Amino acid sequence: MADEEDIILADLNDEELVEQMFDDLYDGLKEEIEESVNILLERGWQPYDILTKALVGGMTIVGNDFRDGILFVPEVLLAANAMKGGMFILKPLLAETGAPRVGKMVIGTVKGDIHDIGKNLVGMMMEGAGFEVVDLGINNAVDAYLDAIEAEQPDILGMSALLTTTMPYMKVVIDTLVEKGIRDDYIVLVGGAPLNEEFGKAIGADAYCRDAAVAVETAKTFVGRKHNQLAAG
Amino acid sequence: MCPVMTNPPDDLTVTKAGLDARGAGRVLIIACGALAREILDLRDANGWSHLDLTCLPAIYHNTPDKIVPAIRNSVAEHRGSYEAIYVAYADCGTGGLLEAACRDLDVEMIAGPHCYSFFEGTETFAARDEITAFYLTDFLVRQFDAFVWKPLGLDRHPELRDMYFGHYDRLVYQAQTNDPALTALAETCADRLGLRFERRFTGYGDLATRLEGWAKT
Repeated sequence: MADEEDIILADLNDEELVEQMFDDLYDGLKEEIEESVNILLERGWQPYDILTKALVGGMTIVGNDFRDGILFVPEVLLAANAMKGGMFILKPLLAETGAPRVGKMVIGTVKGDIHDIGKNLVGMMMEGAGFEVVDLGINNAVDAYLDAIEAEQPDILGMSALLTTTMPYMKVVIDTLVEKGIRDDYIVLVGGAPLNEEFGKAIGADAYCRDAAVAVETAKTFVGRKHNQLAAG
Repeated sequence: MCPVMTNPPDDLTVTKAGLDARGAGRVLIIACGALAREILDLRDANGWSHLDLTCLPAIYHNTPDKIVPAIRNSVAEHRGSYEAIYVAYADCGTGGLLEAACRDLDVEMIAGPHCYSFFEGTETFAARDEITAFYLTDFLVRQFDAFVWKPLGLDRHPELRDMYFGHYDRLVYQAQTNDPALTALAETCADRLGLRFERRFTGYGDLATRLEGWAKT
């Protein structure tokens, strides 16, 4: 559309630019998002503010419209790809500027499963919410999870599966944590298309997360609770 | 007596609307629309005229959360009209909820995770442990655009290919029938997805044995 093509991002004031970033994220325009992130940095914005106010703000709208059936998977993936472009610029700067860290998560798709779209969305939104995310990738056997949580000492272990045939493996991992007496040291969140709340409970996870937005909110709640318990203890 | 040959239902109808029962026969099969042609073929070939068939829209394949409530409704709608009802679905992405619903409704279903599994034979399929294979059946080859290409947005955004299929290495066409034209079409599907092509003739697999058992009711 001619009007949209005519927008000069650098000519917009901060408020207009953030609004435009919401639109550009919604439309999955990666280059425009990258340009806008750089403009805000040049204007002296803190990386953390760009992340939370512009990128996460925009992705929250995308997430809500996905939940409500207005947007579908392809559009969400394009939006996520655009956000990824912005995150790529911000990530090193966030580390330098000491942005607040909410907690740490180790996340991976379980053994026998190569699907990672949902996991990647969760990882990205968790990073956007201030979590440090260690992504183990796909097809993870129980040892991969155990090694990672020992090395990383995360607050949260996240497991993902897309297949009915692979989702039971989550229980194998949780049972192993129980056997080793370390289950309660971690918040265990699970997700994936064929899962449901009952399954999450049945395998001994702390929570089933329906989508990336729910995963972030659930993670924040559990980590907050954990910190409160530690403070009280 | 010559077997009655039923005209196969058109794919568009079974994809979007499903298929209504004829209201004739003692035994009702409630199936996924993607199996309509195969089930009618088996019924005709075996003379199981006492079997009636109704199908849910095949496109529920892409939204499995719609399957369980639709099965419950269909069983409730037809229970009073048939001596027996069976469900020609495997788990099909319902995460065990369909199995629980069928147990609750006291109707049998097909074992296994999905149709790729029962066409090949669930044990054989599981033993293959092919985690990097993407499967198409006869129906899904014919309806590749409606079930794969368009819903994944690849018609509009081919750049998403790697996000969806980056970890796959082959497309396995599970052929229920020997149809060179369909095989050629399946090969183009593999090309479009950038995957190696493999054709595997399965016939109707566990679907045939399951139906045979149900037909004895």
